[in-house]
Amino acid sequence: MSETTYVQLLYLACGGLLLTSVLMLWRRELAVLIRVFAVQGFALAVIAGLAALHHGGIELGAVAVGILVLRVGILPWLLRRAVAAVGPASRETRPLVNVAASLLVAAVLTLLAYAVSRPLVELAPAAATSAIPIGVAVVLIGFFVLITRRRAPSQLVGFLLMDNGITAVGLLTTAGVALTVELGVALDVLLAVLVLQILTGRMRETFGDTDVAELRELHD
Amino acid sequence: MITLLMLAPVGLPVLGALAYLLFGWRPATAWIAAGAAAGELAAAIGLAAVVDLSGPQIAVGGLARVDALSVFMLLVIGTVGLLATAASPSYLAAEIRAGRASMRTAARHSLLVQAFLAAMASAVLAADLGGLWIAIEATTIVTAFLVGQRRTRAAVEAAWKYVVICSTGIALALLGALLLNYAAQHTPVRPGLNLVGLIAAAHTLDPAVTKIAVAMLVIGFGTKAGLAPLHAWLPDAHSQAPAPVSALMSGVLLSVAFYAILRVKLVADAVLGAGFARALLLVMALASLALAASLLIAQRDYKRMLAYSSIEHLALIATGAAVGGPLAMAAVLLHMLGHGLAKGVLFLGAGQLSQTDGTSRIAQIRAVAARQPVLAGCLGFGVLALIGLPPFSIFASELGIARAGFAAGLGWFTAIALSLTAVAGAVLVIHVSRMLLGTPAEGPGAATASPRLPAAAGAVLLAGLTLSAALGVTAGPLTGLLHSAAVIAVGTP
Repeated sequence: MSETTYVQLLYLACGGLLLTSVLMLWRRELAVLIRVFAVQGFALAVIAGLAALHHGGIELGAVAVGILVLRVGILPWLLRRAVAAVGPASRETRPLVNVAASLLVAAVLTLLAYAVSRPLVELAPAAATSAIPIGVAVVLIGFFVLITRRRAPSQLVGFLLMDNGITAVGLLTTAGVALTVELGVALDVLLAVLVLQILTGRMRETFGDTDVAELRELHD
Repeated sequence: MITLLMLAPVGLPVLGALAYLLFGWRPATAWIAAGAAAGELAAAIGLAAVVDLSGPQIAVGGLARVDALSVFMLLVIGTVGLLATAASPSYLAAEIRAGRASMRTAARHSLLVQAFLAAMASAVLAADLGGLWIAIEATTIVTAFLVGQRRTRAAVEAAWKYVVICSTGIALALLGALLLNYAAQHTPVRPGLNLVGLIAAAHTLDPAVTKIAVAMLVIGFGTKAGLAPLHAWLPDAHSQAPAPVSALMSGVLLSVAFYAILRVKLVADAVLGAGFARALLLVMALASLALAASLLIAQRDYKRMLAYSSIEHLALIATGAAVGGPLAMAAVLLHMLGHGLAKGVLFLGAGQLSQTDGTSRIAQIRAVAARQPVLAGCLGFGVLALIGLPPFSIFASELGIARAGFAAGLGWFTAIALSLTAVAGAVLVIHVSRMLLGTPAEGPGAATASPRLPAAAGAVLLAGLTLSAALGVTAGPLTGLLHSAAVIAVGTP
């Protein structure tokens, strides 16, 4: 693969990453959110695959396959099960911030990401590292989703969005976090999602719904 | 031999967990947990001797490393772990009698507590930041189910908040670790995330990138340590978890998370000078102290009160770490152990109290001293130990932090921190004396047979208090270890 194709494909995948994050702010139906999340996972796998081809690392190839399985296969499947458990009313009805304002916030967060990550790009200017701000922007948008959504499954989506952003930063800065660390991280994320999914089920049992605004037992 | 000693603190609890998985919870297996914790403590003492004789050791293909600082943390984990697991059999038996738990719940509880101990031991034994991160995230996953064990609305809510906030915080720490790794790649030696290697290569790490990474790491691990701004999970989780788990989470897990901050601070100081991490920690510490002290005043639930006191003490530890220097670091480490002991005793005693009185509201509990004198005595002395009265060890460590703070020219910060601590201490004493003193209610139903403290639980509470008082008088055989651990935590200027 020529250098130009590599760069173009890389930027295309990073664009996909950012676009899907913004889509998650725009759409509210949980089923759609999960599909968008799977697409984002695919973009992430493409980034990993490109890095593997470019640096020629077999480990990175394994990471790409792992991302594909985990983020396009397993995690969306788990999320779908969580939503199926919630039932037909699986729509984020009352987010704390409305859609138009969320989109504006996403724009501001992206600018902020570019401002904050300047030292990261300057350390080693290259095609991959110049896309680091996009990863940081996805982290910030994920954090924003996490704190402004009320339903438990949509908070879960926010957490996973944040995690996708972090993985993207990891891949774009990479030539190699050790594979053991990579594996441990993937396992931890999977387990955290499993835990949250089980808790979603329990919340539905005890509260009858998974609206986090219902969580008012504990406060000072 | 050394590999075996280093594997034991992780391996023994894993074996204990397996035993509960296979045999379940019953009178015959109830004490396996305490046995594994005792083994963990014994291994820590053995490692302390080895490290004292021949310095830091590396094992398991470079994944595990032990020096005086990690040995000291292992001692804290082992001691408080032993207290909590030794009080567990009577606690679980009482829960089962009251119909709040089944044998299966008890088995799962014991299994998860063992896994929790193993995860904390691997955190302090990890040789690189990646391993440390994985182990700390693992503690969140394991304890999530322990927090939500009772499956009431409040418990499920606490577990949800706990996992969401802590996972978010720890995700920030992961981003920080990745960025630090990125900075490390662009150095001649490429140390990866190895904690020792990073310090050795400090002068070649890019300062601007390291700064972003360190900020993420300190805020991220600070979440797990209960420091502001992401502290909101702590009062909920600590008040809803079963008593032995609260004792472990408050007494040890917070310190283990702070141990991660200490390791990050070593790298930060070597790259950026002492100022950056100091400013970050001081801001977080003072914010946490102000928050804990103000929320303690109007507190109506005694478990939440103890939880806020944990935020206060971790903030004090953060103040000490920000001050730096051998005296402050020795005080910080002693404070971790002293806080673990006092808070362990108090949470275990509070668990006992909520089992006999059936409430955790401060206003609904009166005259414990007249009804349960031993328990009331332990709670009373526990609070005195916690607020730092002599002869308990927190007195010595708070004095150390204060002296070092004034000597380092951080007089104003130290004075503010100390006065907030004094407010928190006074409030604690007022709340607890209301619960302990007074005359028992007269009238029908009030004179039911006064419940007795189970012998094992009573022994645990007394042992914890005695140890805390003994440590305050003299660090004894710990003196050497404390000194060398403090030297490591200070780092090379």
